[in-house]
Amino acid sequence: MLLRVEDLYKRYGKEDVLKGVSFSLDKGETKVIIGPSGTGKSTLLRCINRLTEPDRGRIWLEDTEITSPKVNINRIRSQIGFVFQDFNLFTHLTALDNVRLGLIRVKGMSKKEATERAMAELARVGLADKARAYPAELSGGQQQRVSIARALAMDPKLILFDEPTSALDPELIGEVLAVMEGLARSGMTMLVVTHEMGFARTVADEIIFMERGVIVEQGPPEQLFRSPKHPRTAEFLRRITDLYGGEQ
Amino acid sequence: MTIEHWLRVWNYLPILLQGLSVNLALLGGLITVGFIIGVVVALLEVYAPPPLRLVAFGYAWIFRSIPEILLLLLMWFGPAQFGIKISPFIAAVLALGLRSSAYQAEIFRGALQAIPVGQALAARALGLSRIGAIRYVLLPQALRLSLAGWGNEFAVVLKDTTLAYAIGVVEVMRQARYIGSREFPLTLPAYITVALLFLILTYAGLFIIGKAERRLRIPGLEARR
Amino acid sequence: MSLVFSWDWLPRLSQGLLLTVQLTLLSMAFGGFLGLVLAVLRVYGRGPLYPAYLLASAYIHVFRGTPLLVQVMTFYYALPTVGVRFSPVVAGLLALTLNTAAYQAEYFRGAIQSVRIGQMQAALALGLSRLQAVRYVVLPQALRLVIPPWSNELIYMVKGSAVVYLIGVLELMGQAKNIAARTFRNFEVYIVVALFYLALILVLSLGLRWVERRMRVPGLGVSGRT
Ligand SMILES: Nc1ncnc2c1ncn2[C@@H]1O[C@H](COP(=O)(O)OP(=O)(O)OP(=O)(O)O)[C@@H](O)[C@H]1O
Ligand SMILES: [Mg+2]
Repeated sequence: MLLRVEDLYKRYGKEDVLKGVSFSLDKGETKVIIGPSGTGKSTLLRCINRLTEPDRGRIWLEDTEITSPKVNINRIRSQIGFVFQDFNLFTHLTALDNVRLGLIRVKGMSKKEATERAMAELARVGLADKARAYPAELSGGQQQRVSIARALAMDPKLILFDEPTSALDPELIGEVLAVMEGLARSGMTMLVVTHEMGFARTVADEIIFMERGVIVEQGPPEQLFRSPKHPRTAEFLRRITDLYGGEQ
Repeated sequence: MTIEHWLRVWNYLPILLQGLSVNLALLGGLITVGFIIGVVVALLEVYAPPPLRLVAFGYAWIFRSIPEILLLLLMWFGPAQFGIKISPFIAAVLALGLRSSAYQAEIFRGALQAIPVGQALAARALGLSRIGAIRYVLLPQALRLSLAGWGNEFAVVLKDTTLAYAIGVVEVMRQARYIGSREFPLTLPAYITVALLFLILTYAGLFIIGKAERRLRIPGLEARR
Repeated sequence: MSLVFSWDWLPRLSQGLLLTVQLTLLSMAFGGFLGLVLAVLRVYGRGPLYPAYLLASAYIHVFRGTPLLVQVMTFYYALPTVGVRFSPVVAGLLALTLNTAAYQAEYFRGAIQSVRIGQMQAALALGLSRLQAVRYVVLPQALRLVIPPWSNELIYMVKGSAVVYLIGVLELMGQAKNIAARTFRNFEVYIVVALFYLALILVLSLGLRWVERRMRVPGLGVSGRT
């Protein structure tokens, strides 16, 4: 087991955002989290690399307990990739430098080594020719692919995606999903929050449906989409299909 | 004031320029002092725990509120009071530098706060420490965003260097007064020459800073107005 | 080395404080009026007013581009060489006024220009003359926008007015210098004076914030400043 989340709680003020979330992820597995807005999906992802501190519960990455106060969290984070909804590429750095920064400053690589590695990752997401461009000179889809390359370059054990295509124009979504699909096929372990049901259906090994801070239901896409066990799952799927045109 | 007076002032120009070089030395010193302390104060104002933050804000407020010329006198008489001897020049660099640090802190703080939170999040998510995120992501962006405000501050402190006159630094205004006391009718042309020199320096400086700003411009990283 | 303070200094310093306040407020008021005229000329000075526009621009650049100390000394020490003589207070007030006018002109100009073009057009469409449109529509909005930079300028002028002690004006700094010369307690006297300035600026800042809140108009945003 690569990632294990056990009974996670998080509260903001009076609002319980996560109310006992447990699940696990095997090496090479891709799981997709779906659920209504404000349900705590982003909060869950951020708890996993402790960008947000959970109130209670434990998380393991392989044999290391992430939630232990003794753990070197920066080390852990360098092993967990994170892809943000709005990319968050470093504005003052070129695509190449965005990918190199973590290699040099976190992993301590030499500049030469880091450059080679970064160029390879940029090539992998199809952007080798944009290495010298600043984020503002790239389209949203290109920016998101650079941010995926930035995560990949760190050789993460796991990548977390928080709605990676939600900020994109419809015609740019495909290129990002294609990169993600390729990653999943190549055996990367991924946890993806998304509203892209097509992606969920074809790429996910398992779907997790969350609502109001709890996991309502989880299972393989076929089963969850065709015959949801829980009426709330069915209701959500109906609404999301109306909204996003579902299928294909 | 006749043409002849102006010609005579022309002969004194080397002396005035020598005075002006003292102003420029003051400028270099005080901007450096102000920059270093200003960056630290801004970082404390934004990232330090509340008590330290309050101290930083208090510091900046005090040095923005006391008249420059009074700071000069305090820096000149203060150390002497405790048996520490410093030259008027050093006292002026320190006093004006501390004043400038308070204003520069204001500029950097504004820039730091204008950086979207996502930048820090992404840096931490990569595994950079808090300090690392500040050092490699937030500060470089903030410094770029500060350039415009910084040009402003340059123009202000350049003029402030004449205040060192008050504690006996032999800068350009002091030289102009020497000229006036040696040849009374030359007072006005000498002062006007000093004024012209400052006009040239101010606008040349702003021009250069504007050029630098354009050269260092990074697409997507501009101070939002 | 011990520090020695004395209550005897207070009457003189209070007198000086009063003059500091007077110099600041008078120069701000006169300078504000002059600045407003300069700003209007800079924004609307076209056609037959173009020479006035040029003059206003030159004035602003000269006074913003040269040190206040040079201006003060020119009025007091240099003008007498061509037969123009002022008392220290008048020379100081004049220099401070002309100096702040140039800065205030720029604040007014910024504010006038940030009142949206549509406001002017709407006023003209109503049948108001250009002058009326400026007077009744643009300026009332611009004056509210100018309050924050104007507050900064007031504080600059409190500090700037200290410079005139160098030509012998007995405002706060001038009084302090005399006391210091008499008692040889330079550092202590100047510490007390620093406290006077801090108190004055605290009071002014709080007062200005209050005014700003009272004059706020919903939807009339204040542009950011560095
Ligand atoms: N830093 C925070 N401070 C206070 N409340 C927060 C914070 N972050 C999230 N919340 C609240 O927690 C709840 C869950 O937020 P979260 O972003 O995890 O939802 P989500 O499932 O990702 O929704 P979406 O699909 O809209 O992204 C929301 O009600 C939100 O207002
Ligand atoms: Mg979310």
